[in-house]
Amino acid sequence: MAGLELLSDEGYRVDGRRAGELRKVRARMGVFAQADGSAYIEQGNTKALAVVYGPHEMRGSRSKALHDRALVNCQYSMATFSTGERKRRPHGDRKSSEMTLHLKQTFEAAILTQLYPRSQIDIYVQILQADGGNYCACVNAATLATIDAGIPMRDYVCASSAGFIEDTPLADLNYVEEAAGGPQVALALLPKSDQIALLEMNSRLHEDHLEQVIEAASKACKDVYAVLDQVVRDHVHEVTTLLGE
Amino acid sequence: MLGPAIPSRQSSHCTTGSRSVSDACAVHAGSCSLRFRLPFRFRQGRVACREPLAWCWLFPRVVAGVRTGRMLTSRTFLKRTRAGAVMKVVREHYLREDIACGAAACEQCGQQPGEPRLEAQPSGAASSLCPAPHYLLPDTNVLLHQIDILEDPVITNVIVLQTVLQEVRKRSAPVYKRIRDVIANPEKHFYSFTNEHHRETYIEQEQGETSNDRNDKAIRVAAKWYDEHLKKINNEETIQVILLTNDRKNKEKAVEEGLTAYTCEEYIKSLIANPDLVDRLACVSDEGKEIESGRIIFSEHLPLSKLQQGIKSGIYFQGTFRANRDNYLEATVWVHGDAEENKEIIIQGLTNLNRAVHEDLVAVELLAKDQWVAPSSVVLQDEGQNEDDDENEEEKENTLKSSINKNMLRPSGRVVGIIKRNWRPFCGMLSKSQIKEARRHLFTPADRRIPRIRIETRQASTLEGQRIIVAIDGWPRNSRYPNGHFVKNLGTAGDKETETEVLLLEHDVPHQPFSQAVLSFLPKMPWSITEEDMKFREDLRYLCVCSVDPPGCTDIDDALHCRELENGNLEVGVHIADVSHFIRPGNALDQESAKRGTTVYLCEKRIDMVPELLSSNLCSLRSNVDRFAFSCIWEMNHNAEILKTRFTKSVINSKASLTYAEAQMRIDSTSMKDDITTSLRGLNKLAKILKKRRIDNGALTLSSPEVRFHIDSETHDPIDLQTKELKETNSMVEEFMLLANISVAKKIHEEFSEYALLRKHPAPPPSNYDILVKAAKSKNLEIKTDSAKALADTLDKAESPEFPYLNTLLRILATRCMMQAVYFCSGMDNDFHHYGLASPIYTHFTSPIRRYADIIVHRLLAVAISADSTYPELTDKHKLADLCKNLNYRHKMAQYAQRASVAFHTQLFFKNKGVVNEEAYILFVRKNAIVVLIPKYGLEGTVFFEEKDKPKPNLNYNDEVPSLTVGNTTFYTFDKVKVNIMLDASNIQHQKIRMALVEPKILGSDVPNQTTELSTNSEPGKKKKKLKK
Repeated sequence: MAGLELLSDEGYRVDGRRAGELRKVRARMGVFAQADGSAYIEQGNTKALAVVYGPHEMRGSRSKALHDRALVNCQYSMATFSTGERKRRPHGDRKSSEMTLHLKQTFEAAILTQLYPRSQIDIYVQILQADGGNYCACVNAATLATIDAGIPMRDYVCASSAGFIEDTPLADLNYVEEAAGGPQVALALLPKSDQIALLEMNSRLHEDHLEQVIEAASKACKDVYAVLDQVVRDHVHEVTTLLGE
Repeated sequence: MLGPAIPSRQSSHCTTGSRSVSDACAVHAGSCSLRFRLPFRFRQGRVACREPLAWCWLFPRVVAGVRTGRMLTSRTFLKRTRAGAVMKVVREHYLREDIACGAAACEQCGQQPGEPRLEAQPSGAASSLCPAPHYLLPDTNVLLHQIDILEDPVITNVIVLQTVLQEVRKRSAPVYKRIRDVIANPEKHFYSFTNEHHRETYIEQEQGETSNDRNDKAIRVAAKWYDEHLKKINNEETIQVILLTNDRKNKEKAVEEGLTAYTCEEYIKSLIANPDLVDRLACVSDEGKEIESGRIIFSEHLPLSKLQQGIKSGIYFQGTFRANRDNYLEATVWVHGDAEENKEIIIQGLTNLNRAVHEDLVAVELLAKDQWVAPSSVVLQDEGQNEDDDENEEEKENTLKSSINKNMLRPSGRVVGIIKRNWRPFCGMLSKSQIKEARRHLFTPADRRIPRIRIETRQASTLEGQRIIVAIDGWPRNSRYPNGHFVKNLGTAGDKETETEVLLLEHDVPHQPFSQAVLSFLPKMPWSITEEDMKFREDLRYLCVCSVDPPGCTDIDDALHCRELENGNLEVGVHIADVSHFIRPGNALDQESAKRGTTVYLCEKRIDMVPELLSSNLCSLRSNVDRFAFSCIWEMNHNAEILKTRFTKSVINSKASLTYAEAQMRIDSTSMKDDITTSLRGLNKLAKILKKRRIDNGALTLSSPEVRFHIDSETHDPIDLQTKELKETNSMVEEFMLLANISVAKKIHEEFSEYALLRKHPAPPPSNYDILVKAAKSKNLEIKTDSAKALADTLDKAESPEFPYLNTLLRILATRCMMQAVYFCSGMDNDFHHYGLASPIYTHFTSPIRRYADIIVHRLLAVAISADSTYPELTDKHKLADLCKNLNYRHKMAQYAQRASVAFHTQLFFKNKGVVNEEAYILFVRKNAIVVLIPKYGLEGTVFFEEKDKPKPNLNYNDEVPSLTVGNTTFYTFDKVKVNIMLDASNIQHQKIRMALVEPKILGSDVPNQTTELSTNSEPGKKKKKLKK
């Protein structure tokens, strides 16, 4: 029995996209009132919620405070109902602490932390439904939430994954494509300056292919940027009309 | 910089904990309430993922000037996981508007350039049913069963739907591969339409609808869409779409919906100019017809789901069906899995065999113990011509049972269902029906394990006496034989070309001439060495290199040199043709050679792995021309101990290409003192030390009789047969090749522990040696088999002064006990040992012209010494493991093909020679026969003591010794006998060498004197018997 054909000879992927196309992205900012900033994003069937508090005074141990910039505190979690099988996911398991760390690194690179010395910014993200590209959805949601909170950033941080299947780089992998076990790259990009905030890959990929895959991922990031930017503009427009300005 | 653009909020009261949401809303009228509205509703259950179809998602990118429209839907289904839990799976499914219809004349769809597409004026074969221009749209079953027709050049302009392709892919990998090849061929004008992702052709599965019905509907919807879409083209004549389906209901529905639909048969028969195509139609009868006609012979096959259930619960056993070569009413099933008992189940009788064909994957049910049978030793061949002789059948089945010996009873069973058919096209011949003008004929495959196949053809008289290829289409329950269709005519049976073709096909040896695409990657002639080439190469042209090969060798892949260094040590070099320089990874040339895997040497023909320009010219290390080589250079002392090993890509200029005999002559001559000769002498001296050391370490020297034919230059018939003679120089070259292979294996494994391509030879299980030990014992010799070393030592000692050939015989027997050596990827295995060579690690490096494994090893080594760069496939151990699998398969098949070719030429030889008497030795003693070896011809044959229609001689077999007593003569292994050899041509398809005993004469009146009978083989009595057989 043949396995799933991930990329047909006609160039279509299992879900009907072409190699470089993103899944449908829908997003909304300011979904919660009590947080300083919040956002909800759907990338295909992957759904994530991000909430930002801060900048505020250091909570807990004050000794962690940095004298020249703000501390970015992140927390990643997955809802018990986010996958096909309901599963309790304890905080601080290996996968989520790793993801937490990645988010922290990503946003430390993007937020202008030096503007808020000795203070703290909290970013909480939760995956409500997982269908591949969890990290990317989290980053994109957190970017919107940070913007919603009014925290100054160098640029949007846009993230997208890219894989390499049958000698073709594929952008924005869904769960089926991820599960196939091919190499996968997660890239967080500051699109305007083309600076990389985070690049992660933990499988073998031949160096000849690396450039193509990163190229595909950064192209996808720029596509994500176009969508996020539109969402922000629409949101601002909506809020300003409501305020009657 | 971003940030301040968004209005900041003061919402301190919101952040203070436990206040209820409604409270918060009350405080914040207006703008805040907005924040609580979730943008999309989270809905429950199945519906949650189902987006309304009308929602159109516009992709924010502009593709080739057309804005790409995409729509989203989603597919939800339940799936059982491996652990048994039920999971809900949700997948997105995008629908697009930018999928082209593929018609050349269509202006609405933006065509992707370079795609093979449907012609604007379809110029397919003229059909009387549909004279207008038309495209064909086959459904899944038509594609699956009539692929032979669709592959014919006459059939063009076919739309292959994605639905169809996916179903085919699931059901038959070979057919899928073939249809993919057809689609890729631009002359066929096949277009694969991605209907499942097209906005207007996607349909959802309705409640209660089976997926088959849904797919049929999807095919009709796509056909309908095409029909309407093509009408919009401004053409004087609208192109029609013809749905080809053999499913009656589907066809009716299609006609109802206003489509043009025909069965495949109707359409093919309507092709005016090509009546011959009808022969190639697969005859898949309608299910309806089946019930009406005839008696049902076989019980029904159970559906797959039931079989799987049964296998899980242990009622049925899953295994590979292996038909008996000599008895068409018997087969064994090798049960998969590691259960100790019932590993092998015997199936006897036509109804129990239940339409299984050799190599099929079947499910078997065990019979009750009182119905168990013993494997019969009877030879039975299927001779029936009509279906009416079932009574005979029963009679025959009874003959099977008559010879039952109680303690021989084995687990027996019956086939209840087929899990996977493993049908391929079969070579064979037509047995023409006796009825004149009959259309249905029986086809007898060359492989006796395959049942006869009924085909329908009008050209029976032209096909008679020809070797043809036939494919099986199905085996209905009421039919004694499977139904099939004619595929191809190979030529007259018995012709050398035809027979060679048959044996290449039967052994799956790719032997078509190299395609243009492959040849395009050859270097342009005249070829010369450029400076660029010299960058990573050492110039070794000054060395006195020479090659030693068998006479007439044109693909020289190795050359040697040896010289004394200033420090008194010796420098020895093995130079191997640098094939990997010419075959670059990934191109068509590389892919083709990887597919072929090895050069196949037949008696009078060589099937090259790489095109001749490379194999016999640019890569061949001929004398006095500059050639690229990969050199392995050692510094050795006079004790043949390696002090230094070095690998380099180089340019060499061979000073002489010698044959083994010429080299031997130079070494032996007292007068010659030139460079080449000194070099050869040095090599020879070292080789002897190396060989001794290797043998001391426990390497085995085995032997197998090899023969060479002297072939008449005019008629290409073999005129003489000669066993290959081994000279000292053979072993000299071999020794250095082994050394090079081992050195390279160490190096690449050191460098790439995960993906080195190595070769291993597993130690055989001790029971394999039983036959050897017993045979030696009968001659009062002891063979120890606990280690390779012990075996080698005892084999050396096993000699008998009055019987010098005994040692060779023992070695031949030992060879039969061995396992097959195989290629493997070092990252996938941890046992590297090479048993035969007693080396902890081994690979193949020295024959890249004729083995693909060597090319990979060359590439690995080149990377290891940084002479070349790596590429992705090289460092992927799974791909390497797949490659190894193919190489092992090709090597095995090449070996079988070689043997078959030798057998065929031996037959030709004896055909010309007539009947001869020769001396032979008994190699094996069987229950009713002895297997003898004739050293003069290296020929092996079986002498039977039992024959049909003759009184049985008094046979007494002793398993312990083993010995066989016939009448009053007892045969032991290694006994010397005299046999009579002749060609039995009574069955044109299975000509064979027949042997009969001449000496010792078997006394006793119950054995007729076979010699006289055989030497006068035209005796009518004998002939009659054979005809009957």
